[in-house]
Amino acid sequence: MSAPVVSIRNLSHAFGALTVLHELSLDIQPGEYVVLLGPSGSGKTTLLSILGGFLQPTNGAVLIDGRDCTHMPPAKRPTTTVFQDYALFPHMSVGANVAFGLRMNGVAKAERQRLARETLALVGLEQVLDKRPHQLSGGQRQRVALARALVMKPRLLLLDEPLGALDLGLRRQMQEELKAIQKRVGTAFVHVTHDQEEAMALADLLLVMQDGRIVDQGNPERVYTQPSTRFSATFMGENTLIDAEVTEISGTTAILRTALGTLALDRPGIRKGKATLTVRPENLRLGTAPSGRVSLGSGEVAESVFQGSYRKAVVRTGSGGDILLKLPVDMPVGIGERVEVHAELRHIGLLQE
Amino acid sequence: MNRFLDLIAGLYALVAYGFIYLPIVVLVLFSFQASRFPLPPFTGPSLRWYGEVLGDSKFTGAMVNSVVVGVVSSAVAVLLGFLAAYGCARMRDRLGGAIRALLIAPLSVSYLIIGMGLVVLFNWAGVPKSLLAVGIGHVVINLPLCFAILYSQMSDNIIRLEQAARDLGAREWQVLSLVVAPVLWPALLASFVLSLTLSWDEFLIAFLLTRFETTLPVEIWTLLRSGLNPKANAIGAVVFGVSILMVVLAELAIFGKGTKKS
Amino acid sequence: MTGSKINWHMVLLVGPAVLFTALFFLVPLIAMAVASFTGGGGLSLDNYRHFLTQPSYIRALVNSLEVTLVVTGISVVVAYPLAWVLAERVPERWQRVALMLTILPFWTSYVVRSYSWLLLLAERGVVNRALLASGLLDQPLQLANTRTATVIGFVHFFIMLLTLTIYANFRQLSPSYRKAAADLGASGLQTFLHVVLPLTLPGIMVGAFLAFVLAIGDYVTPQLLGGSNELLMPQLIIQQIGRRADLPLAAALSLILMIVISIAYLACARWLKLERT
Repeated sequence: MSAPVVSIRNLSHAFGALTVLHELSLDIQPGEYVVLLGPSGSGKTTLLSILGGFLQPTNGAVLIDGRDCTHMPPAKRPTTTVFQDYALFPHMSVGANVAFGLRMNGVAKAERQRLARETLALVGLEQVLDKRPHQLSGGQRQRVALARALVMKPRLLLLDEPLGALDLGLRRQMQEELKAIQKRVGTAFVHVTHDQEEAMALADLLLVMQDGRIVDQGNPERVYTQPSTRFSATFMGENTLIDAEVTEISGTTAILRTALGTLALDRPGIRKGKATLTVRPENLRLGTAPSGRVSLGSGEVAESVFQGSYRKAVVRTGSGGDILLKLPVDMPVGIGERVEVHAELRHIGLLQE
Repeated sequence: MNRFLDLIAGLYALVAYGFIYLPIVVLVLFSFQASRFPLPPFTGPSLRWYGEVLGDSKFTGAMVNSVVVGVVSSAVAVLLGFLAAYGCARMRDRLGGAIRALLIAPLSVSYLIIGMGLVVLFNWAGVPKSLLAVGIGHVVINLPLCFAILYSQMSDNIIRLEQAARDLGAREWQVLSLVVAPVLWPALLASFVLSLTLSWDEFLIAFLLTRFETTLPVEIWTLLRSGLNPKANAIGAVVFGVSILMVVLAELAIFGKGTKKS
Repeated sequence: MTGSKINWHMVLLVGPAVLFTALFFLVPLIAMAVASFTGGGGLSLDNYRHFLTQPSYIRALVNSLEVTLVVTGISVVVAYPLAWVLAERVPERWQRVALMLTILPFWTSYVVRSYSWLLLLAERGVVNRALLASGLLDQPLQLANTRTATVIGFVHFFIMLLTLTIYANFRQLSPSYRKAAADLGASGLQTFLHVVLPLTLPGIMVGAFLAFVLAIGDYVTPQLLGGSNELLMPQLIIQQIGRRADLPLAAALSLILMIVISIAYLACARWLKLERT
């Protein structure tokens, strides 16, 4: 593991009496695509502003390549930002916009024009070099803003909800392009969004934020299937939560009892007492559990609704709790049937607060 | 560095505002002058000149004329502008565009030219110089403003309201008076007050189109032709006070009700 | 909703305003044009010839242009920093109040405001008294009835107008522009020169154009403050109506003024189109 390109140590920030960031610590590796995911008010935009130098944190430090940059102004900091409204200078051509940073840093005209053209080619827009921003579409403007930030070859590129203003189809397309561009240039990106699908599509490292804290972090698949907090379990899409009680432990294997029945789970760090099982509804199946899958117990089918690409089913347990399932469309499910519910071990998450 | 910049900024603003308010302060100060000339030294305070001005029927008459001309011409401008804005809102084609351009055109022409044009026309048509002539002139300068303001308020919402009212059986004039006008009353009021303010202070057109019965600015002008006179200070201060009152009223009308103005 | 339904409703609604404008704005302009080509009992170019051959008339136009351009220039230079201070340095809560303060003097009568400069600049006026009392001068300056007085009177008015238009422009600027410039390495000065100044140019041009048109057509300020040594176009025009009752000549002079204004409009047309980017 090489040295992190960016390190955040015990970062806190307060606006007057309101604390918006609580003692955050984080390492960002070179070439990593980091996504900050969270609802509004979670502090993700504040964190981004602090990384960019637009805000001075009330406590803590920001280190870039090992150097303390906490109080360095944006102009001197080796970061660039893609703003939510792109902030393309309307009175300059696209080429002049992209070359602006280079010009401010004293790069000669021929050189900066060359670099601008190269970077625009990277985002697929070399043909609009002489156009004005108002002549471009939303997607094109977004890419020019990206080029303008990339041409500076920053150590860290910050993106503040860059795809928020685009419609769905364009957003999906831009996500793919962003990922590809990031891989090509190899710069570490920090991308703020509230869209969980976007986060999962882009992130190497996904950070879930809530109320100024990082409540979950890891690669998207792990965070999705095995969330470490109740918040990240329910924020990113629907999740089936099953209350459980750990009754016995031997070694790393534990016996848990739920309203559906009992099951055995092999998981390090498990303790006796209350717990919550989390399983994504699409990972649950009904019927006799084949080998390799863990049976969670059984219950009675209460609902079965066709939803187009999946079938929504609800299994009612003896003690009255409801289990939500998303089944393949053509799976036969009869209302009133008593069925077994099972899932793969790796899809079962365990929360013990 | 920021502190230094703030200091310079503050000083600059102070000097600028000082320059802007200097004549006003001197004007009001010497309106209370006791002696004959509104020049230093200050020998007041005295209400002598206010008394003379407010007791002078020429001035009080001119004030009344100004108010009458102002109110009437503004009312006409607002009414015409409102009807035209309402009509034009439904004309989204080239004809509508041409009409809008015509109605807005006078805004780009100097008052002197508008006044001169009317002088030539009235002279040829045998219309005598009078308050009526001034009233017409003031409608010419205020109609484009009223139209522009009211047209900008004719949003799609209004069209929908109008359609709903018609759907319920209202006739055209009922729609106008019972639905559209009440919804737009802040804009109507704002246009009226703006026109009134512009008319009240307007000199050039009034100067060109009146002879005996005249408005206040022209009366003040006549006074000024005879040299420095504290009466002018007094009347100036009075006009200032009245104007501020009208602005305050307009503020309350527009911002008091929290309208959205684009 | 293509093609409008021209029914009697429409005519009643739009008709009065259109009729009024046509009758009392268009027709007078046409009448003025016709009158300007009248002379010696028929159509002629006499009036225009008269203008072109009278050095004092040409002088009046040149004076008007000189004064107006100087006034516009000074007003822009003084108003820009003031607008900047208002927009950038005054805390948000005080913005409305500060704005009100700036335009309050607008509400004095225009005639009276010009007159109050006469008071200030008169031989025994406040300015001279102050200069004498402080020992900077031992003789009063001739300030009133000069071009300087006219310029001061105009500048006083147009500073307020230009501050307003430039201030509005400043307020409309997205704060992201400045952040982006800083992010890309621009210093405060560079941000101002390369981003803020170009983006506030529309506000300057709109204000400058307004100032130009209003100043060049103004009669009150030059007549009150400038004295009779030097005439500007509006004074010349009014002169034709007053003493000489020569309406055709006045009409011709007015049209010449209108042409000058139109040229100014064409020069500024770029910035006067209300296009938002």
